[in-house]
Formats: sequence, C-alpha cells, structure tokens
Amino acid sequence: MDVWQLAWDSLGPLLRGAALGTIPLTLASFALGMVLALLIALARMSPLPALHLPARFLISVIRGTPLLVQLFVVFFGLPSLGIKLEPWPSAIFALSLNVGGYAAETIRAAILSVPAGQWEAGYTIGMSRALTLRRIILPQAARVSVPPLSNTFIGLVKDTSLASLILVNELFREAQRIAAFSLQFMVIYIEAAAVYWVICLALSFAQGRLESRLDRYVAHA
Amino acid sequence: MSRMPEPTASASAPRETVLSAQGIRTSFGELTVLHGVDLEVHRGCVTVLIGPSGSGKTTLLRALNGLTPPQQGVIGLSGEEPIDFGAALTRRAREAQRAVLRDASGMVFQHYNLFPNKTVLQNVVEGPVVVQKRPRADAEAEARQLLARVGIEAKEDAYPFELSGGQQQRVGIVRALALRPRLLLFDEPTSSLDPEIVGDVLAIMKELADEGWTMVVVTHELAFAREVADEVLFLDHGVVVERGSPAELFTAPREPRTRAFLERLLRPGGTPPAPPPP
Ligand SMILES: Nc1ncnc2c1ncn2[C@@H]1O[C@H](COP(=O)(O)OP(=O)(O)OP(=O)(O)O)[C@@H](O)[C@H]1O
Ligand SMILES: [Mg+2]
Repeated sequence: MDVWQLAWDSLGPLLRGAALGTIPLTLASFALGMVLALLIALARMSPLPALHLPARFLISVIRGTPLLVQLFVVFFGLPSLGIKLEPWPSAIFALSLNVGGYAAETIRAAILSVPAGQWEAGYTIGMSRALTLRRIILPQAARVSVPPLSNTFIGLVKDTSLASLILVNELFREAQRIAAFSLQFMVIYIEAAAVYWVICLALSFAQGRLESRLDRYVAHA
Repeated sequence: MSRMPEPTASASAPRETVLSAQGIRTSFGELTVLHGVDLEVHRGCVTVLIGPSGSGKTTLLRALNGLTPPQQGVIGLSGEEPIDFGAALTRRAREAQRAVLRDASGMVFQHYNLFPNKTVLQNVVEGPVVVQKRPRADAEAEARQLLARVGIEAKEDAYPFELSGGQQQRVGIVRALALRPRLLLFDEPTSSLDPEIVGDVLAIMKELADEGWTMVVVTHELAFAREVADEVLFLDHGVVVERGSPAELFTAPREPRTRAFLERLLRPGGTPPAPPPP
C-alpha cells in the first residue's frame, strides 16, 4: 500500500480523534482545572491552616507525582475502593486535578503580583475583600497569568495523549490503532504529531491575540 | 458639585462631631507606632496632621478608615455604635466594624492607586455603581460633572497610564468624592507630584474645604495647612505632641519639639513649603 495513500486515508480518523477526543478532553479538563486552580490558590493564600495546609499538600502531591501514575490511580486504583469511573470521567478527573495543581501556583503568583495599593483602593471605595478580589484583583492577575496559563493549556493538549492508556478514544489511541494494522508506524505517528502541532500552533496564535487585547491598558515603552 | 455643600462650621455654631477617635494604639509586632492618640473631627472642618517621617501619620489615617485596625482604642462615628478595637470579637464582627469605617470615608493616596485596567470614568463610577448600587447612568453623569470640575473631563476614556501625575491625582480625588463620603482622608496627596502642579491640586482641596467637606489631611505643605486647616495636630513618635489652630501652632508653638520640626521644615534645604494655592 502506498504510504501517501495511507496517510491520506488515516487523516480522517485522526482528525475525528482530535475533534471528538483530544479537543473536548482538553477543553473540559482545562475549564474544570481553572476553577480548581482558583479555589486551591485562594485556599493556599488563606491565613487559616485548615485551608492552606491541605492546599499545600495537594499542590505538592500533584506536582511531585507523574501524570501517568495519577491517571492509573484514578482509573485502575479507585475501583478497589468501590469508586468505578468510566474512561472519560477518569481522564477529566485526573487531568483537571493535575492542571489545577500546577495552575494554582501560577494564579497565586499572579494575584500576589498585583500591588497591595490595589487592594487598599478597592477597600477604600467600600468593597469587601471578596468583591475587591473579583472586581479589581483578578482582572489584573488575569493579564499577567495569560502567558504561563497558555503554556499549561498547550501542555494539556499533549498530556491528553496519556488518556489513550486508560482507553479514551482520542487522537493518539486512533493513531495506535491505525499503526497496529497498517504497520506503518513512522508515517502514522508523524502524522499524529503533526495534528498535535497544528492544534498547538492555533493556540499560540490565540494566546498572542488575547495578550495584546489585555495589554491595552499598559504603557508601552 | 452635585452634592449639596454642607455649611462650614463657624466658631459660633455648635460643632458637630463626625468622627471621634480615642486612645488609638497601633503596633506592628514589637513596634508600637501609635501610643494612644485622640482625635476629634468636626463637620465641615479640615484637620491637618503634620509630623516627621515615621511619626505615625499614615498609620493614624489608616486606623480611621479601617485599613489598619488598631489594637486598642475606640472610634465613634456620628449615628453609629462606637467601635471598640480592644474588645475580643469574632472575625465576622471585626469585618463588620471595618465595613462601617470604610463606608464612612473616602481616601486619596500619595501614589493615587488608580485601577490601571479601568478608564478614568470606570475608576470613578466603580464604587457608586458596584458598591452603592446607584444607577450607572446617574453615577456617570455625576462623575462627568466632577471630572469637569477638576478640569479633566476630556480624559474620561483614558487609562491611568495615559495621564500625568497631577491628572491621576485629580482622578483619585474625584473617585473619593463620587462615593459621597462623610469624611475625606488625604495621605500626602501632593508628595508625588512635580512642584509646578502641587499648587493646582492644593487649590482643588481648598475648594473642597470651602464647600464644607470634612477633611483629614496629612501633608508637609505648611502654607496650605496655615490657610485651610481648622486644626493642626503635630505627631511625633506616635503621640500628639501639640494641637491647635494653625495660627497658634505655626506662629507660637508651645512645645520645643514642634518648634524644632517647623524650623527644620522651613529652613532652606528642608522640604520647602509650596507657594500658597492661587
Ligand atoms: N505594615 C507595617 N509593618 C511594620 N511597620 C510598619 C507598617 N506600617 C508602618 N510601619 C512603621 O510604623 C511607623 C510609622 O509609619 P507611618 O507610615 O505611619 O509614618 P508616617 O508618619 O506616615 O511617615 P511618612 O511621613 O514617612 O509617610 C514607621 O516606623 C513604619 O516603619
Ligand atoms: Mg505616611
């Protein structure tokens, strides 16, 4: 069989794997991960030990263990505790927790980078801590956290390939399936790599657009 | 100004107390910065705090609006339950106390502290709309009037980084006024400004004083204090060394420390007093 013909024929299944697997898995895990990250970051900054100690512990465990092991604990380990999750929920659970742990530190650093005077100004126009955080601090923290969070996002696109190992039908599992019966490993895996790359290129472009939009209130030298 | 000016208290009229602070004591760890300061702020009056660097002026101002709650002392606001900082309270009760203080006053900072991600107009209406829940259209109309009054109506859509220091400080003043607070606090509002615009900002503050706003001002501008203040307090090492009318305090200080401080400030090479506002 002609390798070009094979490459052409497998493009459809690979793109379907991206559209129905990789991309929704990335979006769901990232959205959930951001919510978790904000909660973990806020807990981590709380003066109450009952909040910041568990947050620190969680961050430390997530950053100190391989994502693949986390996925396996969730998918193969939890059933022995009577918690049985399907591949998709398992993957979203593990990936969003992982993103949450990493991004929590990014968000915390971004919040801390906003000058104390902004908290004080919010306070003196009558805002509570929570309202100042939401209206004044987070919008400014968002700007500084776009570049690092974009890295997290792009990293996540690639990390979703690990979900193939817990039986999620996504781009890389599709590639493995095609490679296994065609035995054209080089062609198929290069093609899969190219699809990942294109997705990440698109994201980098979107990041640039977002950054310049958020930079409109900053003086440019 | 859209707010009805309050009548300036004259010497003969009974003086209504807006805020009274007693025994304010603030420490940072081992360091006690305020050793039991008393302060009465009367409606329509301008109280000026002077004193050397590190004497506790900023800390006192921040006690009055709850930014830095003192460890001890009582602050009474007219019409409110007096707030006793020495009392043992739950976190929630403390927060409620701070909320009462922060709602009573507006603050103008030395470094402006404008919201950099909001335009001038957004900076000004944020408090009225988001906190005080006033209709946006009303708040914006009032904000435009206030901006016009201080001569920066053309800048309402600018971001703070596009403004000069003097323009930013005017926005800072308007942002505080827009809340219609009972009390305006100023912490060295002209100390970050170029000398040639200091007078403009002081002139705006003098207008506010003439209109009857109640103000507490920390400043090194002695000429301003002399002309505008109803009462001057000299703070040193966290105690009020001397207080009185500007005439008393500036022309015939009783305490040697006050005299030494004023001499240092007026001597060439000290921080020069600005020319009186036009
Ligand atoms: N958050 C803080 N933590 C520790 N020490 C502080 C804090 N804020 C103020 N201090 C100390 O309290 C003392 C009084 O400070 P404060 O800012 O009130 O002085 P000030 O009279 O406003 O001085 P300046 O004229 O320089 O502004 C100083 O010794 C200062 O170092
Ligand atoms: Mg100060």
